[in-house]
Parts: sequence; structure tokens; C-alpha cells
Amino acid sequence: MAFVDLVRRAADSDIWYSFKSSRIVVVATVVTLLTFAMAFLAPILAPHTPFDPATLNLSDALKPPVLTGEDGSDWTFPLGTDEQGRDVLSSIMYGTRLSLVVGIAATLFSMVLGIALGLVSGYVGGAVDAFIMRLADVQLTFPALLVALLIDGVVRGLISVQRHDEIALYVIIGAIGLSFWVQYARTVRGSVLVEKGKEYVQAARVIGLSPVLIMVRHVLPNVMGPVLVIATINIGLAVLTEATLSFLGVGLPSTQPSLGTLIRLGQEVLLSGTWWIVIFPGVTLAILVVAVNLMGDWLRDALNPKLR
Amino acid sequence: MTTGANAPLLEVRHLRVEFPTRRGTLVAVDDVSFDLAPGEVLGVVGESGAGKSLTGAAIIGLLEPPGRIAAGEIRLEGERIDNLPYEKMRRIRGAKIGAIFQDPLTSLNPLYGIGRQLIETIQTHLPLSASAARARAIELLKEVGIPGAETRIDHYPHQFSGGMRQRVVIALALCANPRLIVADEPTTALDVSIQAQIIALLKKLCREHRTAVMLVTHDMGVIAETADRVAVMYAGRLAEIGPVRDVVKNAAHPYTRGLMGSIPSIGERGHRLTQIEGSMPRLTEIPTGCAFNPRCPDMGERCTRERPELMAARITQAACWQYDAAGVGTKARRETVDA
Amino acid sequence: MLAFILRRLAQSIAVLLAVGLVAFTLFHYVGDPINAMVGQDTSMQEREELRQRLGLNDPAPLQFARFVINSVQGKFGLSYRTSEPVGRMILERLPATLELAFCAAVFSLCFGVPMGVWTGLYPKHWTSRFLQAASLIGVSLPTFLIGILLIMVFAVILGVLPSFGRGNSVQIGWWSSGFFTFSGLKALILPSITLGLFQLTLIMRLVRSEMLEVMRTDYIKFARARGLSNRAVNFGHALKNTLVPVITIVGLQLGAIIAFSIVTETVFSWPGMGQLFVQSVQFADIPVMAAYLLLVAFFFVVINLVVDLLYYVVDPRLRSGMTTSAARGH
Repeated sequence: MAFVDLVRRAADSDIWYSFKSSRIVVVATVVTLLTFAMAFLAPILAPHTPFDPATLNLSDALKPPVLTGEDGSDWTFPLGTDEQGRDVLSSIMYGTRLSLVVGIAATLFSMVLGIALGLVSGYVGGAVDAFIMRLADVQLTFPALLVALLIDGVVRGLISVQRHDEIALYVIIGAIGLSFWVQYARTVRGSVLVEKGKEYVQAARVIGLSPVLIMVRHVLPNVMGPVLVIATINIGLAVLTEATLSFLGVGLPSTQPSLGTLIRLGQEVLLSGTWWIVIFPGVTLAILVVAVNLMGDWLRDALNPKLR
Repeated sequence: MTTGANAPLLEVRHLRVEFPTRRGTLVAVDDVSFDLAPGEVLGVVGESGAGKSLTGAAIIGLLEPPGRIAAGEIRLEGERIDNLPYEKMRRIRGAKIGAIFQDPLTSLNPLYGIGRQLIETIQTHLPLSASAARARAIELLKEVGIPGAETRIDHYPHQFSGGMRQRVVIALALCANPRLIVADEPTTALDVSIQAQIIALLKKLCREHRTAVMLVTHDMGVIAETADRVAVMYAGRLAEIGPVRDVVKNAAHPYTRGLMGSIPSIGERGHRLTQIEGSMPRLTEIPTGCAFNPRCPDMGERCTRERPELMAARITQAACWQYDAAGVGTKARRETVDA
Repeated sequence: MLAFILRRLAQSIAVLLAVGLVAFTLFHYVGDPINAMVGQDTSMQEREELRQRLGLNDPAPLQFARFVINSVQGKFGLSYRTSEPVGRMILERLPATLELAFCAAVFSLCFGVPMGVWTGLYPKHWTSRFLQAASLIGVSLPTFLIGILLIMVFAVILGVLPSFGRGNSVQIGWWSSGFFTFSGLKALILPSITLGLFQLTLIMRLVRSEMLEVMRTDYIKFARARGLSNRAVNFGHALKNTLVPVITIVGLQLGAIIAFSIVTETVFSWPGMGQLFVQSVQFADIPVMAAYLLLVAFFFVVINLVVDLLYYVVDPRLRSGMTTSAARGH
């Protein structure tokens, strides 16, 4: 009964109404969901496995996409192949998958890190708080991209190149995650400071309840709303940052390419007229990010009390 | 169209202000009619949401979309102003109708000196040179009681106190000698001690310039001090209108009676303050018939069916079936809340 | 006024020192500087001597102080990759980046502000809706994709503009400028647009949202109630109030442009600092990374300072001693 009630309330709510009535956002959400589905079902849906060297055949190299009707195009490779015979369509599927995995994982990481630091900073206060906030300020003077690049460079300096390639995925997630924690921390810290002054917290302390428990049980639910909004917007940013890092050559390597890597490889052959290797991954990335951003934009407006 | 020496300055007839929303159309001002004589001070009183500010906004022509005037006429000196194109209405604003809003801090642009804002307004409506405009601005500042007007004219709004700022706002409203001023809660944002000064100033200036004032407020004390007549609004409708003394002492409409009884007065001792049970209905849930009927101690069965028009009730005019020959019908069995 | 300047200066120096600390930590503790500088067959003893000579065994605060003094003089050591002095490498490439950043900033401001004002004043017009939609795409698309698209259209298909490099440049003192040659100017066009497009959409959206908020204020309502003309209300009152907060953001964006030049320079093989930085990350060339970090921090800090001073000049509330946040009504 309660569930039916909840669904009915949700269906009647302002948010659902505003969602339904904005056709663009509905389209964007559908596109995003489709892309997610394609990416996560890649192992099942993809016609080829482009990153298993055993399945590649150099005679398949550089076939143009089917719809151009040029020589050599082939329905088994609908979007063409690259100079090593890898199928572009499958590469895009697996690439999107990697891009999304990195984006979501990095966002989760930065969210958890940011919330934790925000809670600590707000609750403990004093020197710890000052230190964390100074760190945040200094980090904020730099764009996230720069911070991510720096972290990646540092890791490269610390471990050998070969090991780096193996764990590139985790390095990227870590680097991007570390560059985005600040916003969460600040928001959470603000809420903690507000709650800390309230009487029930002081009462709980007098009784001897653990402060961590108080913070988690009371502050966290209050602050999850804005945190989720930040997170939704950040997923798009995280995916973009990963794509940029890979494009610059410091992200995912060509053995495990994300969309950004594919675009980089594609640009190298662009001037010779081989356009399909760069365009298709590019278009996919563009659509994905635009759709996610549209959703994030709408969400932010819908949850903004000032605009209601 | 009425003209002549005793013709009303402002005539509002059957004004209806609507807000189309996705939940349906909200009627915020419903069939409101009244007149304003030249130089008269009309108080418009009521709770928050009763529609008084919107009536004022409709008269100045600054209703925020999607709100719009759905029906009715507004005439200034006999000419219709509710259906004028923007440019024509703009010329009337400031020149014939002035406005004063609630918060003097946010009414003034913080980045410009008050002198510049004054001179700009003066020059928009009057063909004066810059120096003549400046002289007039200084005169105005002196009139509203700003000390050291010659130097303070170049100061910025944040350099004035709240009361002084509201004086500047009054000066700005009076720049071009309008015939009517719509004042929306002019003292609500001010300290109590300053309120009296501002009200006295407004009263004095309007008397001197023969400017009529439509004073919108929820503060009956201000009305009792300043107004000649008062209109009581409830749920977007006019409940009662009449000379201020009569409305205060001898209110005809049950709502007005409740309002007056709820105001503490130093003279009366040991008197329990009246409390009207319930609260003003939301615009989406206005009852059929008389809007006040669920809370009315004198409610009859006619009150739940037909909506009363303003009718003569003793000295004032009230929208209540009690004063109709046919009466209210069977009185409902209702316990009068003896507070 | 003086107190304000001094306070801001002190803050700026503090930030620079903090960044310097980070750079120093990178420099000395990530990897081993000695290992990077000498060949494999250098003996342990020679390494120890080198370490001693370079002062790498001194206490940390002393090394940090030395680092700060050296940095101020532009001495950042030798690159791990090329063994050239880092300072000189950066200086060589600085003009390319700065000229590009300048053009991008000018482009984004000249188009962004008017478009923002227009969409703020007439938000329901079809042009505004179109620009809004286009700007959303502009903000979402990664810079490198825009660059590649422009290259495809103008370099590959139409063949009118170069797809890489800087063209010919003219040497003026130590500065090499691309402004004075035809090929240099042509080479600037696509990269400037690419770099500036993101900022343009940002500025446009910002100006628009500020404009919309300003148009809803009481003082605009009051200005209308006083019968002021549309021009006086929109441009006299609304515009000035809109632009004041925009100044800060625009200033900060200028800093971002310098940092984002990284991507654009890579796409167009533009020989600037950004490209140098990417190469240094690829090779873990710590001295270059540290130096770049400090330089970027320096630019940001200087820009922030200038913006704050500008703010001071424009908003009379700040001159009376109110803090910025109080003046904005928080």
C-alpha cells in the first residue's frame, strides 16, 4: 500500500510534471539510457572483439563505412575499420563502456571522498578543518583537468611505465576522483556546521552518543539532495575529463581504449582522408555528454526552490 | 466617463486578475470595484494573499506575467488605462501615477548615487536641463526631510539608514508630481519608531501636493492614522469599504469585525482579543458563495450558495447578505467562538 | 583602500607559497632527481657526490627556501627529458600560448557578452531559445572535439586554414609573435575559436542568468514604476548591475583559458606551454610539471588580484568598507 502511495505521489509531483512536459529532457534521458544499455551490454551486442589481437586480420584494415558505398565496405564492419583491422562499431561500444565506467566510478570516488572529508572537517573543526579547507581553496584555483593531469604525471613518476599501463584504469579513476572532491566536501561541511549548532546534537553528545552516528544519521540525509545534484552534473564532467585525458595521451592506452583514445587515434589519420575513425567515436561522445548534461541541467532547475 | 470637479480620480470597475497555472486558472482579484477621489487616501487592508498588492500592481500596469487583467476597467481621470500599450502606460507611470514599494533597500539601485536616480526620473518626465533637474532634486530631498541635501544628493543608497532611504523613495515617487501614488506596504520593512515618521511625511506631502494615495497594507494601525476611507479585501474580493472611522468603530462585515476586534488597543483593558477561527482559503480552494462563509459566525444557508455583492450596510458598504432585504436564510447552528 | 590591497597581496603570496610547497614536494620526492639526470652506469659514489653538490641532503626547509628563491628568479632546474633548463624551455613557448589565450579571450568576450545580454532581455524570442540550445551543446562538447570538427571542415574539406602549427612568426626581442605575418594570423583563427568557444558559451549563459535575475529585482521594478524608458532601464540600470558580478567570473575564466590551452595546443600541434606540459606528463618530467604549476598559479593569482581591484572600482559599496559578500546581500 505504501509503495503504491509513493508511486502515486511521485506521479503527481511537480518534478514528474516538469519532466514529462519537457520533451527535450525526455529524449535526453532516453538517449542516455540507450547509451548506457549499449555500453554495458557490449560484450553481448558487439559484433567483434576488437581488442583481442587473435581475432584481427590486417586484410580488413581501413575499410570505409557501409553507407558511403565506397569500395571495400562491408556489412560485417558497418562503420568501417581502422588501420589494424579493428571494427569501429565494436570499438565504440567497448569504448563507451570504459568511458562510462570511469565516469561513474570517478564520480562515486569523489563523492565518497568529498563527503568523508566534509564530515570530518565540519565536525572536528579547528586545525583539521582549516587545513582541509585551505587544501580545497588551493586546489580550486586550478581547473580539474590540470589537477588530474598532475596526479597522473606524479603516478607515472613513481612507477614504471609498464605497470602504469596495467593499472591505467585505476589511475585515471583516482586522478579524476581526486580532482572533483572539493564541491562535495564544501557542501557537506556547510550542512554539518549548521547541524552542529542545533540542540539535538548537543543533547546527543551529553547522553554520550557517538558523534559519527549523529552525523551520519542526521546530517547525511539532509545533504544528500544537493550532493546528488552535484553528482549528476559531475558524471558528465568526469566522462569529459576522462575523454580529454585519453585524447591527450595520458589516459587509457590504446590497448584498452575509451572514446577519447579512439578519437586521438582517429585524428592521427584524419589528414589522409580517413574520417570515419575519428567521427563516429566523436559523435557518440558528443551525444552522450550532451544528453547527460541536459538531464543534469533539468534536474538542477527542477530541484531549485527559487525557480519554482 | 465622469468628468468635472468632483469626478473621481481613479475608477476601478469589476477588476479581475487571473494567473493561468497548470493546475487551472487562479483568480487572485475577483470583481473588485472602487473609486478614489482626488487627494483622498484610500487604505486597502487585508491578510497576505488577499489580493491587495496585485490590485495595486494592476493599476500601475506592472502585473508580472503570467498574471494578467482578465476583465474589468481601470480609469484614470476618466481615461481607460488598463488596456494601453506599454509605451503609453510608461508615460503615465511616474508622471500621473507614482509607486512606493515595501523595501527601500532593494528599491534603489545600489550602484548609482541617489542624485543620479532622481535626476534621471525628473528628466524623463519634465523638460528640464541637467542643472535645473539637479536643483529640483535637491528641493525634493529637502521636502522629504533629508538633512544636508546639497551634499547627500551624491551619496549612494547604502550610505543612508532605512528611514532615510524610504524618504528618498518617496521623493523619487513624487518627482513629476503624480496625481496618484500607489504605496505597497511602505512602512512594513521599517523600524516601528520610523514608521510613524514616514507615514506622517507621506500624509503631509500628499495633502500639500493634492496627491491621492492608495495605501496597501496589512497594518490597521497605519490605516487608522492616515486613511480617509478603507477597503477591506478577503480572498481577492472586497469585503467592505467605507470611511475609516466607521469601518473601525462600526464594522458591518463579520470579517472586518473580526479584524478590528483582533487589534490590541491601549484603552480597552481586560478585553480578550478576537480570534477568527480558521484561515483565509487558498486561491485554489475558495468556497462557493461568500468566500468567508466557513469562518463566519453569522453564516446562513444563502451564504453557501450565492456570492454577495457590495451593498449598503449601515454607514459603510459591505458584501454580506445580512444587509440584504432577503437576509441570509436559515442561520446555521454554529457556536460563536467566545474567545 | 590601502588595507584592502595589502590584505589581498598577502593572501596571494600565501597561495603562491602553498602551491610552491606542492611543487617543491613533487620536485624532490617524486622519483629520484639524481636517477633521472645521470646515466645507468654512474657509480654510487658519483651519485652521492652529485647529491651533496646539489644540496639534496640539506634539511627540507632549507631546500624549500632555496627552491623559492630559485623559482622567483625563474630557475627551475633541468628537464628530465631534454636536459635543457626548464626556465628557458617555458620562456620560449610562452608567447605562443599567451597570444593564443589573448585571441581566444577577445573572441569569447566580444561575442559572449552581447549574446548574453540579448538572451537575457528577450528570453522568449526564437533566437534566444536557439542560442540557449546551441550554448548547451557548446558547453557539453569537449574542446578537442570542437577543434577536430573545425579542422575537418576548414582544413580538410575546404582547405582554407592550416590544421597545425603556428605559421611564421616574427621575433621581437625575446618574444616571438604570430600577429605580424599573414600565415601567423591564419594559423591563429581555428585554435582561437576552439579555445574561446567554451568560454563564450559560459559567458553568454552567465550574462544571461545574471540579466534575468537583475530584471526581477525591486529596483528594476521601481525604475519601471517611475516611468523610465526601456533603454534607461535595460542599459542604464540592468546592464551595469549585471556586469559587475560578471567581471569576477570572466577574470577567472581568463585563467582557465591559459590552463585549457593544453588541449587546444595538442589538437593543433601549437608550440605553446600547454603542449610542453602534456609532453612532460607523458614522460614524468617532474621539473617541467612543477614549473608549469607554479607559473599557472602565478597567472591565476595575478588575474584574481586585478579582478578584485576592478570590482573595488566598480561597486561603490565596497569602497565604504563592506565586504564583497555583504554587498551582494548575503
